[in-house]
Amino acid sequence: MKCNRCGERAEIKLRQHNAAFCRTCFVPLLQKHVRRSIRKQKMFSLDEHILVAVSGGKDSLALWDILIELGYQTTGLHLSLGIGDYSDQSTELAVAFAEARNLPLLNISLREEGLAVDDATAFTNRPACSACGTLKRHYFDKLAIDRGFPVVATGHNLDDEAARLLGNVLHWQMDYLARQKPVLEPTHERFVRKVKPLYRTTEFESAAYCFFRKIDYILDECPNSAGATQLKHKEVMNQLEAASPGTKLSFVQDFLERARPMMQSEANRPPLTCEGCGMPSFTERCSRCRLVREVQTKRARYADRARSE
Amino acid sequence: MRITILPERKTVELSGRRLVSNVLRDLGYLPGTAMVIRGDELIPEGEMIEADDEIEIRSVISGGI
Ligand code: SF4
Ligand SMILES: [Zn+2]
Ligand SMILES: [Zn+2]
Repeated sequence: MKCNRCGERAEIKLRQHNAAFCRTCFVPLLQKHVRRSIRKQKMFSLDEHILVAVSGGKDSLALWDILIELGYQTTGLHLSLGIGDYSDQSTELAVAFAEARNLPLLNISLREEGLAVDDATAFTNRPACSACGTLKRHYFDKLAIDRGFPVVATGHNLDDEAARLLGNVLHWQMDYLARQKPVLEPTHERFVRKVKPLYRTTEFESAAYCFFRKIDYILDECPNSAGATQLKHKEVMNQLEAASPGTKLSFVQDFLERARPMMQSEANRPPLTCEGCGMPSFTERCSRCRLVREVQTKRARYADRARSE
Repeated sequence: MRITILPERKTVELSGRRLVSNVLRDLGYLPGTAMVIRGDELIPEGEMIEADDEIEIRSVISGGI
């Protein structure tokens, strides 16, 4: 198989574009595609300082690498989630990536902040991913606001967006649909803009990008993802994609261009300020601080019980 | 051919010379959900894996929520 651009041996075939590329052509091509998404959606400018959420996985590390190659000003933000060995390994890889390239990285341990994802699953009935999502949203906004970043970029890829869109459509989650955008403007002065520069990049492309760029990322899956609904939705989308290449991209793109503009989202403007952390909240305490309190209460209760036994 | 499967860290042996897309299909991968790696190169769908090749198949799917 030959590269469509230069005629050298191709290493990657992109069925959705009916094209094959060698690595020398593919790497800058993907960077260019991402730059086009950033500009088209007005995600951020070269003058802004971007906080890039890096998990240690392929998508976020590929994203960080691409933003640097495109000349954007970035700082990494790694949340060490506290999910067993998986988190320790992810943290090592995120730190190694930053150190090898001499990049600034904020490395925050949720355990040291008082609540790891493992604590939430051990002491509450909340599913791990739901607690994890609450914590990520909280820290992305809080750290960006506290340190003066106007925007947080995450590594969500086309497969993530297509699977999420399918899930939202299956349950007609109108408010989620209205807010499923590659750029989410802040609805409160203590929230920041959230952007997904890889929303048109497939998982395959971001994995291949890391492979060609020799970026070490975590290969293992989060132990909490087994059986996750999102994986089932990805599987369905991949089946449709196999039968009809390009389905994922047109599903997401046509939704964004044709359906989403007709939807109105609730303002999502929390009217209160959380007593615990000072972030915007719908109740006296925000969902993160309520989770912290629930874990503290239950932990104390278990300790008492253990002592009296 | 000897195949290492990641992230599961399994190995399988298959006999003969085979098409990449057939190997992926036989091992239960949908197109575009795994990279096929030989040494430090990717082998695209549509190419052959030789009988005595050592390859790695690496899933590209990650997920949660
Ligand atoms: S799979 Fe769930 S728990 Fe694991 S990192 Fe993703 S959202 Fe968090
Ligand atoms: Zn080429
Ligand atoms: Zn709070």
